[in-house]
Amino acid sequence: MTTTLTEPRRPQKDTHRERPHRSRRADRRRNWPGGLAGWLWLVVVAVPLYWTLITSFKAQNRYYASNPLVPSDDPTLENYRLVVESDFLRYFVNSVVVTAGAVVPAVLFSFMAAYAIVRGRRMRVLRAMNGLFLMGLAIPLQATVIPVYLIIIKLQLYDSLLALILPSIAFAIPLSVLVLTNFIRDVPKELFDSMRVDGATEWTTLWRLAAPLTRPAILTVTIFNALTIWNGFLLPLILTQSPDQRTLPLALWTFQGQYGVNVPAVLAAVVLTTLPVLVLYAFGRRQLLSGLTAGFSR
Amino acid sequence: MTSLTGHPPRRGPRSILPWLAAPALVVFVGFAVIPLVGVFALSFATWDGIGDIHPSGLTSWRAVLTDPGLPHALGVTFMVMAVSWAVQTPLSILLGTFLAGSQRYRAVLGVVYFIPLMLSSAAIAIAYKALLDPNFGLGAGLKIRALSQDWLGRPGLAFGVVVFVVSWQFIPFHSLIYQGGVQQIPKSLYEAAELDGAGRIRQFFSITLPQLKYTIITSSTLMVVGSLTFFDLIYVLTEGGPGDATRVLALDMYKRGFQASLMGPASAIAVILVLVGLALALLLRRLGGRDAGASQLEGA
Repeated sequence: MTTTLTEPRRPQKDTHRERPHRSRRADRRRNWPGGLAGWLWLVVVAVPLYWTLITSFKAQNRYYASNPLVPSDDPTLENYRLVVESDFLRYFVNSVVVTAGAVVPAVLFSFMAAYAIVRGRRMRVLRAMNGLFLMGLAIPLQATVIPVYLIIIKLQLYDSLLALILPSIAFAIPLSVLVLTNFIRDVPKELFDSMRVDGATEWTTLWRLAAPLTRPAILTVTIFNALTIWNGFLLPLILTQSPDQRTLPLALWTFQGQYGVNVPAVLAAVVLTTLPVLVLYAFGRRQLLSGLTAGFSR
Repeated sequence: MTSLTGHPPRRGPRSILPWLAAPALVVFVGFAVIPLVGVFALSFATWDGIGDIHPSGLTSWRAVLTDPGLPHALGVTFMVMAVSWAVQTPLSILLGTFLAGSQRYRAVLGVVYFIPLMLSSAAIAIAYKALLDPNFGLGAGLKIRALSQDWLGRPGLAFGVVVFVVSWQFIPFHSLIYQGGVQQIPKSLYEAAELDGAGRIRQFFSITLPQLKYTIITSSTLMVVGSLTFFDLIYVLTEGGPGDATRVLALDMYKRGFQASLMGPASAIAVILVLVGLALALLLRRLGGRDAGASQLEGA
């Protein structure tokens, strides 16, 4: 094994394809076990996705007969029609409302709190608050859903979208504050000081200095929270009841209950509920992944 | 001139900073801290989820602690946690290290790799349920006997499926964390090692792995505490079955509380979840030698 890995550098013939400083490193640090695992993992990830996609276009009678890995020679949109006609649009709108309604305040509040925590780290109140938020990271907040359910009932919010929004904000805060604190801490103190000398208030400094400088982190936190909340299942399951308050993951689950025998239709529903995030992924992949890498591995 | 010394300036009692943190604090206290206290309180009460709440002392705790279901659920929870950690960590480190390199086809792989990260657990579980169907799933369709097992109908297999699907869903996320960690290792370390004649494997074990220590702690903490909250995936995939083979604590709590209307015992289970989560986080923090949360903060 060692010999394969320490093989002398291969001739650098492909260097023009890459930026020079990277290609040098690529040749020196070729990683065969990693590469092998990489391709194997690609298969493991891709096959279920591919199967789901092609099956969703199969007519039900063909699903039982055809080779599962060969796309239908007579693809049909019938399954998708069935899903869309079962109020898909309403669930989609519900999911958008809940996600936007929770992410915007969650990120806004977390950013303000993170700024305060970094700027006021000498203040005991703020240090205690930070400790409280950090504790939230170590606690599985799902364990608190029974009292959350009770509080939502007492507030007479049960079976409303607001019932999903409020706890979602709370659950998003610990990680958001952590990541944002982390980034705001990197803003050079001199910048804060010069803002202060210029007579800027904390409020101005927050929006004019800290916000623009930490925009990538804000974006990361926004995307991460949006994904988590968009995909949330437990809160809709316990806090809503009527079909018109369903969000996509819950609608998907109930659809599976109703159409479980019609597997292609169920898979069409899976594809449809997944489509919005995949479209976003297609556009924002680079930003999203670099943001996540930076946000979590610092 | 205190403001120019580089220290945070001293603030008078009228600083607006605490007010900036107030909105986050209010929501967090209202929907996380109060419920956290509330769940302790509810574990000493009887409530069916609709009617009145009656204090009932230790009844719920006695019911839960004498129920043979509890050690079983705890055992399943720890098994899922341990096995999925053992599967995910080496693979994530390997893939993360690989992704941190600059192979050209890496970009191609990267597009597909992270799709599971975008999907909801419900969608993943539903797709896998259909895929693993013993009669009409992938294995049956391809006529491969080894693949057309009753995956979700036999306890050992169902447990394996849960671990597999969990890994399928979360390895991308953790390899991303490791990718970031590897990219932060100073290249000079590798250059020095190369001058000393260290091979690739030696470099991996003597530089990469030790340098990733805090990344491993971070990733493991997220994995371990996160595994306590696996609910939606397992609920949709197996509903805890067959029998109780995949009934983890979070699922146990849901079933007792929202299906059997025993909110008292369910709250006691929730308290156990909180305690296990805290204990594990503290343990990992000990292992890491510094705050597991802060290890993400301070950077290498």
